Amino acid sequence: MATEQQNLAERGMAVGLRALNRLAASGLVDRFGLRQPTERFLHGASKTTMKTAARAGRTFAAAQQLTKPARQPRAKRSDLFDLTPDDEQQMLQESVRDFAAAKVRPAAQAADAACAAPVELLAQSNELGLTMVGVPEELGGAVQERSAVTSVLMSEALAHGDMGFAVAALAPAGVSTALSLWGDADQQATYLPEFVGENVPAAALALLEHRALFDPFKLQTTARSQNGGYVLEGAKSLVPRAADSELFIVAADLEGRGPVLFVVESSTSGVLVAPEPAMGIRAAGTGTLSFENVTLPAGALLGDGDPDVYRECVQLGRLAWCALAVGTGQAVLDYVIPYVNQRTAFGEPVSNRQAVAFLVANIAIELEGMRLATYRAASRVDQGLSFDREVAIARRLCAERGMAIGSDGVQLLGGHGYVKEHPVERWYRDLRAAGLMEGALVL
Amino acid sequence: MPINLEIPKKFGMLVNQSHQVATEVFRPNSRKYDIAEHEYPKELDMLAAVIDGMNESGALGGAGAGGVGGGPSSENGSSRDAGGNRNGSNMASLLGLTELCWGDVGLLLTMPRQGLGQAAIAAVANEEQLKRFGGKWAAMAITEPEAGSDSAAIRTTARYDAGTDEYVLNGEKIFVTSGDRAELVVVWATLDRSAGRGAIKSFVVERDNPGLKLDRLEHKLGIRASDTANFVLDECRVSKDNLLGSPEIQTSKQGFAGVMQTFDNTRPLVAGMAIGVARASLDRTRDLLTEAGIEIDYAAPPHVQTAAASEFLSMESDWEAARLLTLQAAWMADNRKPNSLQASMAKAKAGRSGTDIALRCVALAGSIGYGEGELLEKWARDVKILDIFEGTQQIQLLVVARLLLGKSSAELK
Repeated sequence: MATEQQNLAERGMAVGLRALNRLAASGLVDRFGLRQPTERFLHGASKTTMKTAARAGRTFAAAQQLTKPARQPRAKRSDLFDLTPDDEQQMLQESVRDFAAAKVRPAAQAADAACAAPVELLAQSNELGLTMVGVPEELGGAVQERSAVTSVLMSEALAHGDMGFAVAALAPAGVSTALSLWGDADQQATYLPEFVGENVPAAALALLEHRALFDPFKLQTTARSQNGGYVLEGAKSLVPRAADSELFIVAADLEGRGPVLFVVESSTSGVLVAPEPAMGIRAAGTGTLSFENVTLPAGALLGDGDPDVYRECVQLGRLAWCALAVGTGQAVLDYVIPYVNQRTAFGEPVSNRQAVAFLVANIAIELEGMRLATYRAASRVDQGLSFDREVAIARRLCAERGMAIGSDGVQLLGGHGYVKEHPVERWYRDLRAAGLMEGALVL
Repeated sequence: MPINLEIPKKFGMLVNQSHQVATEVFRPNSRKYDIAEHEYPKELDMLAAVIDGMNESGALGGAGAGGVGGGPSSENGSSRDAGGNRNGSNMASLLGLTELCWGDVGLLLTMPRQGLGQAAIAAVANEEQLKRFGGKWAAMAITEPEAGSDSAAIRTTARYDAGTDEYVLNGEKIFVTSGDRAELVVVWATLDRSAGRGAIKSFVVERDNPGLKLDRLEHKLGIRASDTANFVLDECRVSKDNLLGSPEIQTSKQGFAGVMQTFDNTRPLVAGMAIGVARASLDRTRDLLTEAGIEIDYAAPPHVQTAAASEFLSMESDWEAARLLTLQAAWMADNRKPNSLQASMAKAKAGRSGTDIALRCVALAGSIGYGEGELLEKWARDVKILDIFEGTQQIQLLVVARLLLGKSSAELK
């Protein structure tokens, strides 16, 4: 009887809420002066669902043909355990670190609010060579050997400034790296020169789809063969710089073959975008990318549709998110240490108490574990060793421990952590992304 | 050279041999000496002789049996690359030890001629002392009934007798690992209780010294193969030449800091023990899960796998974090980089994760895990000590926090 009564009560409440909703929509809202906020809400709702054509973008065309695709050679293997970055890595790391501290961090809050990264800062970040690190030297790349470790170090350093900005800045680098790793001669000749030039196009990988329990190996975006090319249908979620991008690499299930990657120019008919702002990484300007009867040429298929290429792409994407989580986690640690030392309560710094100090110690311990696991996975990529297991481990640590660091960062500042006067609330929102994002980036 | 977190190939033989010892000697005797607590594991005598031989031939790369402070701190097996990077005896010891603890941590702790005391001797002994004490089985007696983690508070006294040129020790020591079986006991005592840390010195006491009286052996939750002794020191006389280090009372904290620095080398080793035990639990659990038809997929997201698979992945991730932190600390020690922070981070992470993992494995394995028919329950009991000795979890967090926050022990108590 009791449960039945409760159910009745609950039902009554639901009926009441429904009635309230109808009331709000009726003429009464005008009488209470509520029309304006209601309209603002409706406007916001339509904004997030209204799809528009993706950016018209530039014309990509090969200036010269390649006879075969170019690939970066692997770095020499070291047999000794070593955690010291080489000279080139230290130099790149330094320059990104300086840029992140001087330019990115001060702009982070405004970029978060605007849901867009400042254009001039994105241009400056391109000058750091982010999109050139993964490109072979003969195609204008900046680094002699393939080095996921170098990319991890640069991504980590950039995310120390701001994770959302880092996603925006690194998304084109993911596309240039993917084209370098898996592109054929035509794809490389057509697209890569733009990524090593003056005016780097916005570009992004699109893997994630809009549903719970998403599995990148079971896609609902589909492709089927037609007239020697392909037809793409479906939608992708949380694509960075969706509205600005001129080029996408899109994951779709190719009829009978499983998940594969396609190179899709934004100007292709039927490619639509809609804003999709989220809890965090807002500076990345995330959006939904959808495909309505999009026809692609035969040359759009990346990596011959090889399942190993797709799997590698998924794992290298996860690795990129790990690097960002490590950089953001370090930002939290570096912020809370001076704060808890300066903040006094009961007549002394709050850091004099174990309850506070131990939280800081645990942030440092778990962060270092995340970092080492991420470095190990990246170094195995560079050495040509298997890395599925190591990426899975790094991702799990960065998802769980990284989020805990974000939460503890807010906690250590108490009420001050909850307000926008301090960046810890943004890091809290950003760090949630590391465990759920798929694709968007590639190292 | 590039960043690399793989185990160097040159340690392959060491790891392999240690693994064989773990499989062929430790595992078959694990349950026997867990049940027969306080009985001497005589099987280890022959093994110890073999290991001594291997040490002399350099086959173990100067790592001893991978034992704590075992073997001379030789440069054998240590190699540098062109950039000066070194993978040496700290890493070798860690790797060997981890393998042996995959076999049985209790038996490892009672390996003849291994043991913490030897680490203290190797760290501070002069040449004459090294000659007399080197290679002997030495235990470490620090803890007292009223002084555990707070080793500066010890009450055991050392009185200098000018008439005989001897020190006379009086006090009580508890929790002395291998205290009954060792040939030497390194005893911490104070020359002057009012002079603080600078007055604390370590003295080598021969086990058969009549003033060193065995009070009792402890009955424990785990590591039962290893004896844990309590002693009373009653007018225990040792030659003044048995004092390790300087006999002067240091006014600064320098002297005590020196003693504490041996922890920078030994804490990663204890972390390695926890990693070894936890891997034993993980390996067995993985087999049981496979038998139960559970697949573990490293590419599929955990949330589309079974809860058991996801649990396993979570444990494996924590284990790997602990392992890498520990390798980092050992690598820094090999390269003479200050590593107090990393050593304590490794010990904190490995101690708590080791315990957590072993206990979760018991739960996953159900009655197979909880019953004495398998070793999972034993590993879960054994591993707990590794979050306690050589500095508890809480002490490690204090060390880490003080270093990060720039706090003194007076500020952050």
